Amino acid sequence: MENLNLEIITLITGVILVLIGIWGLLTQKNLIKIVIGFTLFDTGIHIIMVSIGYVKNRTAPIIDQSVNINDVGNSVVDPVPQALVLTAIVIGLGVTALMLTYVLKMYQKRKSLEINNYNDLKW
Amino acid sequence: MVKNSLIFIVLIGFAVLLADLFVGFNGNTDLNILANHYAVSGPEEVGSANLVTAVVVTYRGLDTLGEVTILFLAAAIVSFLLKVEAGASRNRKLRSTSEILDTASRILVPVIFLFGIYVFINGHLSPGGGFQGGAIIASGLVLMLLAQPAKEVGHKLITLVESISGISFVLIGVAGVLFAAGFLDNKLLPLGTFGTIFSAGVIPVIYIFVGLKVGAELSGIITNLHENQNEA
Repeated sequence: MENLNLEIITLITGVILVLIGIWGLLTQKNLIKIVIGFTLFDTGIHIIMVSIGYVKNRTAPIIDQSVNINDVGNSVVDPVPQALVLTAIVIGLGVTALMLTYVLKMYQKRKSLEINNYNDLKW
Repeated sequence: MVKNSLIFIVLIGFAVLLADLFVGFNGNTDLNILANHYAVSGPEEVGSANLVTAVVVTYRGLDTLGEVTILFLAAAIVSFLLKVEAGASRNRKLRSTSEILDTASRILVPVIFLFGIYVFINGHLSPGGGFQGGAIIASGLVLMLLAQPAKEVGHKLITLVESISGISFVLIGVAGVLFAAGFLDNKLLPLGTFGTIFSAGVIPVIYIFVGLKVGAELSGIITNLHENQNEA
Protein backbone atom coordinates (compact mmCIF):
# COMPACT_ATOMS: atom_id res chain seq x y z
CA MET A 1 0.00 0.00 0.00
CA GLU A 2 2.90 2.37 0.65
CA ASN A 3 3.58 2.96 -3.05
CA LEU A 4 -0.02 4.03 -3.74
CA ASN A 5 0.89 7.63 -4.41
CA LEU A 6 -1.27 10.50 -5.61
CA GLU A 7 -0.07 10.14 -9.20
CA ILE A 8 -0.71 6.37 -9.23
CA ILE A 9 -4.25 6.87 -7.92
CA THR A 10 -5.09 9.53 -10.51
CA LEU A 11 -3.46 7.46 -13.26
CA ILE A 12 -5.56 4.40 -12.38
CA THR A 13 -8.69 6.59 -12.18
CA GLY A 14 -7.94 7.91 -15.66
CA VAL A 15 -7.39 4.40 -17.07
CA ILE A 16 -10.68 3.21 -15.51
CA LEU A 17 -12.51 6.19 -17.05
CA VAL A 18 -10.98 5.40 -20.46
CA LEU A 19 -12.11 1.77 -20.20
CA ILE A 20 -15.64 2.80 -19.14
CA GLY A 21 -15.72 5.19 -22.10
CA ILE A 22 -14.66 2.49 -24.57
CA TRP A 23 -17.21 0.11 -23.07
CA GLY A 24 -19.90 2.75 -23.55
CA LEU A 25 -18.84 3.37 -27.17
CA LEU A 26 -18.97 -0.34 -27.96
CA THR A 27 -22.09 -1.49 -26.14
CA GLN A 28 -24.57 1.39 -26.03
CA LYS A 29 -27.29 1.64 -28.68
CA ASN A 30 -28.51 5.16 -27.87
CA LEU A 31 -26.67 7.86 -29.82
CA ILE A 32 -26.52 10.28 -26.88
CA LYS A 33 -25.11 7.54 -24.63
CA ILE A 34 -22.40 6.93 -27.24
CA VAL A 35 -21.52 10.63 -27.07
CA ILE A 36 -21.35 10.37 -23.27
CA GLY A 37 -19.01 7.38 -23.64
CA PHE A 38 -16.79 9.46 -25.90
CA THR A 39 -16.60 12.32 -23.39
CA LEU A 40 -15.70 9.87 -20.60
CA PHE A 41 -12.90 8.52 -22.84
CA ASP A 42 -11.77 12.13 -23.37
CA THR A 43 -11.79 13.00 -19.66
CA GLY A 44 -9.89 9.83 -18.77
CA ILE A 45 -7.12 10.73 -21.21
CA HIS A 46 -6.91 14.25 -19.71
CA ILE A 47 -6.51 12.81 -16.20
CA ILE A 48 -3.82 10.40 -17.45
CA MET A 49 -1.87 13.23 -19.10
CA VAL A 50 -1.96 15.49 -16.04
CA SER A 51 -0.96 12.69 -13.66
CA ILE A 52 2.01 11.72 -15.86
CA GLY A 53 3.25 15.31 -15.67
CA TYR A 54 3.04 15.37 -11.88
CA VAL A 55 6.31 15.58 -9.95
CA LYS A 56 6.43 14.43 -6.33
CA ASN A 57 5.86 17.04 -3.61
CA ARG A 58 5.73 19.99 -5.95
CA THR A 59 3.16 22.68 -6.57
CA ALA A 60 1.28 24.07 -9.57
CA PRO A 61 3.43 25.84 -12.22
CA ILE A 62 2.33 29.31 -11.15
CA ILE A 63 4.92 31.52 -9.48
CA ASP A 64 3.50 33.06 -6.31
CA GLN A 65 4.40 33.18 -2.61
CA SER A 66 4.74 29.38 -2.35
CA VAL A 67 7.39 29.18 -5.09
CA ASN A 68 10.92 30.49 -4.67
CA ILE A 69 11.61 32.55 -7.80
CA ASN A 70 15.29 31.53 -7.82
CA ASP A 71 14.53 27.81 -7.62
CA VAL A 72 11.55 27.36 -9.91
CA GLY A 73 13.06 24.29 -11.59
CA ASN A 74 12.93 22.37 -8.32
CA SER A 75 9.55 23.47 -7.02
CA VAL A 76 6.92 23.20 -9.78
CA VAL A 77 5.39 20.33 -11.76
CA ASP A 78 5.69 19.92 -15.52
CA PRO A 79 3.71 22.75 -17.25
CA VAL A 80 3.65 21.14 -20.72
CA PRO A 81 1.02 18.39 -20.11
CA GLN A 82 -1.16 20.94 -18.33
CA ALA A 83 -0.98 23.26 -21.34
CA LEU A 84 -1.82 20.33 -23.64
CA VAL A 85 -4.80 19.32 -21.49
CA LEU A 86 -5.99 22.93 -21.37
CA THR A 87 -6.22 22.95 -25.16
CA ALA A 88 -7.58 19.39 -25.30
CA ILE A 89 -10.48 20.23 -22.97
CA VAL A 90 -11.60 23.10 -25.20
CA ILE A 91 -11.31 21.01 -28.36
CA GLY A 92 -13.20 18.21 -26.60
CA LEU A 93 -16.00 20.65 -25.83
CA GLY A 94 -16.18 21.74 -29.47
CA VAL A 95 -16.16 18.14 -30.74
CA THR A 96 -18.87 17.14 -28.24
CA ALA A 97 -21.07 20.04 -29.37
CA LEU A 98 -20.50 18.95 -32.98
CA MET A 99 -21.45 15.32 -32.22
CA LEU A 100 -24.60 16.42 -30.39
CA THR A 101 -25.49 18.57 -33.39
CA TYR A 102 -25.17 15.55 -35.70
CA VAL A 103 -27.34 13.54 -33.28
CA LEU A 104 -29.94 16.32 -33.34
CA LYS A 105 -29.96 16.41 -37.15
CA MET A 106 -30.22 12.60 -37.35
CA TYR A 107 -33.13 12.66 -34.92
CA GLN A 108 -34.88 15.34 -36.96
CA LYS A 109 -34.49 13.15 -40.06
CA ARG A 110 -35.51 9.74 -38.71
CA LYS A 111 -37.15 10.45 -35.32
CA SER A 112 -34.98 7.81 -33.70
CA LEU A 113 -31.94 7.73 -31.42
CA GLU A 114 -31.43 3.98 -31.82
CA ILE A 115 -28.22 3.26 -33.72
CA ASN A 116 -29.67 0.04 -35.17
CA ASN A 117 -32.14 2.13 -37.19
CA TYR A 118 -29.26 3.79 -39.07
CA ASN A 119 -28.00 0.98 -41.31
CA ASP A 120 -27.43 2.88 -44.55
CA LEU A 121 -23.72 2.08 -44.48
CA LYS A 122 -24.23 -1.56 -43.54
CA TRP A 123 -23.60 -4.17 -46.21
CA MET B 1 -22.54 -14.08 -26.83
CA VAL B 2 -19.81 -13.87 -29.47
CA LYS B 3 -20.35 -10.11 -29.62
CA ASN B 4 -20.05 -9.71 -25.84
CA SER B 5 -16.83 -11.68 -25.74
CA LEU B 6 -15.44 -9.62 -28.63
CA ILE B 7 -16.18 -6.43 -26.69
CA PHE B 8 -14.56 -7.99 -23.65
CA ILE B 9 -11.45 -8.85 -25.68
CA VAL B 10 -11.22 -5.27 -27.02
CA LEU B 11 -11.50 -3.90 -23.48
CA ILE B 12 -8.80 -6.27 -22.23
CA GLY B 13 -6.62 -5.20 -25.16
CA PHE B 14 -6.99 -1.53 -24.24
CA ALA B 15 -6.33 -2.35 -20.57
CA VAL B 16 -3.12 -4.15 -21.55
CA LEU B 17 -2.07 -1.19 -23.73
CA LEU B 18 -2.70 1.27 -20.92
CA ALA B 19 -1.20 -0.99 -18.24
CA ASP B 20 2.25 -0.14 -19.58
CA LEU B 21 1.65 3.39 -18.31
CA PHE B 22 1.43 2.53 -14.64
CA VAL B 23 3.25 -0.78 -14.27
CA GLY B 24 6.59 0.34 -12.94
CA PHE B 25 5.55 3.99 -12.87
CA ASN B 26 6.52 5.44 -9.54
CA GLY B 27 5.97 9.10 -10.25
CA ASN B 28 8.50 11.63 -11.43
CA THR B 29 11.06 13.10 -9.10
CA ASP B 30 12.50 15.62 -11.55
CA LEU B 31 11.41 17.70 -14.50
CA ASN B 32 12.61 16.61 -17.93
CA ILE B 33 14.94 18.89 -19.93
CA LEU B 34 12.22 20.73 -21.87
CA ALA B 35 10.01 21.33 -18.83
CA ASN B 36 13.04 22.45 -16.83
CA HIS B 37 13.91 24.99 -19.52
CA TYR B 38 10.36 26.34 -19.51
CA ALA B 39 10.30 26.52 -15.70
CA VAL B 40 13.74 28.08 -15.22
CA SER B 41 13.95 30.55 -18.10
CA GLY B 42 10.20 31.10 -18.55
CA PRO B 43 9.85 33.82 -15.88
CA GLU B 44 12.62 35.99 -17.34
CA GLU B 45 12.11 35.20 -21.04
CA VAL B 46 8.35 35.59 -21.04
CA GLY B 47 7.66 37.40 -17.77
CA SER B 48 4.50 35.42 -17.04
CA ALA B 49 3.92 34.21 -13.47
CA ASN B 50 1.65 31.45 -14.75
CA LEU B 51 4.01 29.08 -16.57
CA VAL B 52 1.14 27.21 -18.25
CA THR B 53 0.15 30.51 -19.85
CA ALA B 54 3.75 31.06 -20.95
CA VAL B 55 3.73 27.66 -22.67
CA VAL B 56 0.26 28.07 -24.20
CA VAL B 57 0.57 31.64 -25.50
CA THR B 58 4.26 32.13 -26.24
CA TYR B 59 6.28 28.91 -26.51
CA ARG B 60 3.41 27.06 -28.19
CA GLY B 61 1.53 30.09 -29.52
CA LEU B 62 1.13 28.66 -33.01
CA ASP B 63 -0.58 25.56 -31.59
CA THR B 64 -2.99 27.81 -29.72
CA LEU B 65 -3.81 29.62 -32.95
CA GLY B 66 -4.50 26.23 -34.55
CA GLU B 67 -6.66 25.23 -31.63
CA VAL B 68 -8.72 28.40 -31.82
CA THR B 69 -9.15 27.60 -35.52
CA ILE B 70 -10.45 24.09 -34.69
CA LEU B 71 -12.94 25.59 -32.24
CA PHE B 72 -14.01 28.11 -34.88
CA LEU B 73 -14.50 25.27 -37.36
CA ALA B 74 -16.65 23.34 -34.88
CA ALA B 75 -18.76 26.43 -34.16
CA ALA B 76 -19.10 27.15 -37.89
CA ILE B 77 -20.28 23.59 -38.67
CA VAL B 78 -22.77 23.71 -35.78
CA SER B 79 -24.26 26.98 -37.00
CA PHE B 80 -24.29 25.69 -40.58
CA LEU B 81 -26.21 22.54 -39.61
CA LEU B 82 -28.58 24.24 -37.19
CA LYS B 83 -29.50 27.16 -39.39
CA VAL B 84 -32.98 28.41 -38.50
CA GLU B 85 -34.92 30.40 -41.06
CA ALA B 86 -35.75 33.90 -39.89
CA GLY B 87 -39.11 33.94 -38.14
CA ALA B 88 -39.23 30.16 -37.75
CA SER B 89 -38.24 30.37 -34.10
CA ARG B 90 -41.29 32.46 -33.23
CA ASN B 91 -43.65 29.53 -32.74
CA ARG B 92 -41.53 27.59 -30.29
CA LYS B 93 -43.30 26.16 -27.26
CA LEU B 94 -41.55 27.57 -24.21
CA ARG B 95 -42.14 26.68 -20.61
CA SER B 96 -42.35 29.70 -18.33
CA THR B 97 -39.49 29.93 -15.84
CA SER B 98 -39.83 30.16 -12.09
CA GLU B 99 -39.61 33.47 -10.25
CA ILE B 100 -36.49 32.31 -8.34
CA LEU B 101 -34.51 31.43 -11.46
CA ASP B 102 -35.56 34.62 -13.20
CA THR B 103 -34.59 36.91 -10.30
CA ALA B 104 -31.37 35.05 -9.52
CA SER B 105 -30.27 35.18 -13.13
CA ARG B 106 -30.75 38.95 -13.26
CA ILE B 107 -28.30 39.32 -10.36
CA LEU B 108 -25.88 36.53 -11.27
CA VAL B 109 -25.43 36.93 -15.04
CA PRO B 110 -23.56 40.28 -14.89
CA VAL B 111 -21.39 38.94 -12.07
CA ILE B 112 -20.56 35.81 -14.06
CA PHE B 113 -19.65 37.89 -17.12
CA LEU B 114 -17.44 40.12 -14.96
CA PHE B 115 -15.76 37.07 -13.41
CA GLY B 116 -15.07 35.66 -16.87
CA ILE B 117 -13.45 38.94 -17.92
CA TYR B 118 -11.40 38.96 -14.70
CA VAL B 119 -10.21 35.41 -15.38
CA PHE B 120 -8.94 36.13 -18.88
CA ILE B 121 -7.35 39.49 -18.02
CA ASN B 122 -5.41 37.87 -15.14
CA GLY B 123 -4.47 34.76 -17.13
CA HIS B 124 -0.74 35.50 -16.88
CA LEU B 125 -0.79 35.94 -13.08
CA SER B 126 -3.23 33.44 -11.62
CA PRO B 127 -4.91 30.18 -12.65
CA GLY B 128 -7.08 30.90 -15.64
CA GLY B 129 -6.75 32.41 -19.07
CA GLY B 130 -8.57 33.05 -22.29
CA PHE B 131 -10.13 29.62 -22.72
CA GLN B 132 -11.39 29.37 -19.15
CA GLY B 133 -12.65 32.96 -19.16
CA GLY B 134 -14.47 32.40 -22.45
CA ALA B 135 -16.09 29.24 -21.06
CA ILE B 136 -17.25 31.16 -17.96
CA ILE B 137 -18.81 33.86 -20.14
CA ALA B 138 -20.61 31.21 -22.18
CA SER B 139 -21.89 29.58 -18.96
CA GLY B 140 -23.34 32.96 -17.96
CA LEU B 141 -25.15 32.99 -21.29
CA VAL B 142 -26.55 29.50 -20.56
CA LEU B 143 -28.01 30.80 -17.29
CA MET B 144 -29.50 33.79 -19.08
CA LEU B 145 -31.12 31.59 -21.74
CA LEU B 146 -32.47 29.20 -19.10
CA ALA B 147 -34.13 32.07 -17.26
CA GLN B 148 -35.41 33.92 -20.33
CA PRO B 149 -35.84 31.32 -23.10
CA ALA B 150 -37.61 33.73 -25.42
CA LYS B 151 -34.70 36.17 -25.44
CA GLU B 152 -33.10 36.65 -28.83
CA VAL B 153 -29.32 36.72 -28.75
CA GLY B 154 -27.84 38.77 -31.55
CA HIS B 155 -25.98 36.55 -34.01
CA LYS B 156 -24.50 39.63 -35.65
CA LEU B 157 -22.89 40.75 -32.38
CA ILE B 158 -21.44 37.28 -31.75
CA THR B 159 -20.05 37.08 -35.30
CA LEU B 160 -18.60 40.60 -35.05
CA VAL B 161 -16.82 39.96 -31.72
CA GLU B 162 -15.50 36.64 -32.98
CA SER B 163 -14.18 37.99 -36.28
CA ILE B 164 -12.55 41.07 -34.77
CA SER B 165 -10.78 39.11 -32.01
CA GLY B 166 -9.68 36.38 -34.42
CA ILE B 167 -8.22 38.89 -36.88
CA SER B 168 -6.52 40.80 -34.03
CA PHE B 169 -4.90 37.58 -32.77
CA VAL B 170 -3.38 36.91 -36.21
CA LEU B 171 -2.36 40.58 -36.66
CA ILE B 172 -0.53 40.53 -33.31
CA GLY B 173 1.31 37.43 -34.52
CA VAL B 174 2.27 39.11 -37.80
CA ALA B 175 3.37 42.26 -35.92
CA GLY B 176 5.67 39.95 -33.94
CA VAL B 177 7.34 38.91 -37.21
CA LEU B 178 7.79 42.56 -38.29
CA PHE B 179 8.80 44.25 -35.03
CA ALA B 180 10.07 41.46 -32.75
CA ALA B 181 11.77 38.08 -32.93
CA GLY B 182 9.07 36.06 -34.69
CA PHE B 183 5.44 35.03 -35.08
CA LEU B 184 3.52 35.66 -31.82
CA ASP B 185 6.69 36.77 -30.03
CA ASN B 186 5.76 38.45 -26.78
CA LYS B 187 8.58 41.04 -26.71
CA LEU B 188 6.41 43.19 -28.95
CA LEU B 189 5.46 45.12 -25.80
CA PRO B 190 7.87 45.75 -22.88
CA LEU B 191 7.91 42.93 -20.33
CA GLY B 192 7.12 45.25 -17.41
CA THR B 193 7.39 44.37 -13.73
CA PHE B 194 7.07 40.66 -13.04
CA GLY B 195 3.82 39.77 -11.29
CA THR B 196 1.83 42.92 -12.09
CA ILE B 197 -1.10 43.15 -14.47
CA PHE B 198 0.83 45.16 -17.09
CA SER B 199 3.55 42.58 -17.53
CA ALA B 200 4.45 39.59 -19.68
CA GLY B 201 4.58 41.62 -22.89
CA VAL B 202 1.79 40.83 -25.31
CA ILE B 203 0.35 37.83 -23.39
CA PRO B 204 -2.52 39.71 -21.68
CA VAL B 205 -3.54 41.29 -24.99
CA ILE B 206 -3.56 37.93 -26.77
CA TYR B 207 -5.46 36.31 -23.92
CA ILE B 208 -8.10 39.04 -23.99
CA PHE B 209 -8.68 38.36 -27.69
CA VAL B 210 -8.63 34.58 -27.13
CA GLY B 211 -11.13 34.99 -24.27
CA LEU B 212 -13.49 37.09 -26.39
CA LYS B 213 -13.17 34.70 -29.31
CA VAL B 214 -13.75 31.54 -27.27
CA GLY B 215 -16.63 33.21 -25.41
CA ALA B 216 -18.23 34.27 -28.70
CA GLU B 217 -17.75 30.84 -30.30
CA LEU B 218 -19.20 28.91 -27.35
CA SER B 219 -22.05 31.43 -27.11
CA GLY B 220 -22.74 30.87 -30.80
CA ILE B 221 -22.88 27.08 -30.31
CA ILE B 222 -25.18 27.48 -27.29
CA THR B 223 -27.47 29.94 -29.06
CA ASN B 224 -27.76 27.67 -32.10
CA LEU B 225 -28.56 24.61 -30.00
CA HIS B 226 -31.03 26.66 -27.94
CA GLU B 227 -32.90 27.93 -31.00
CA ASN B 228 -33.23 24.37 -32.29
CA GLN B 229 -34.48 22.77 -29.12
CA ASN B 230 -38.14 22.51 -30.09
CA GLU B 231 -37.60 22.00 -33.79
CA ALA B 232 -37.29 18.24 -33.48
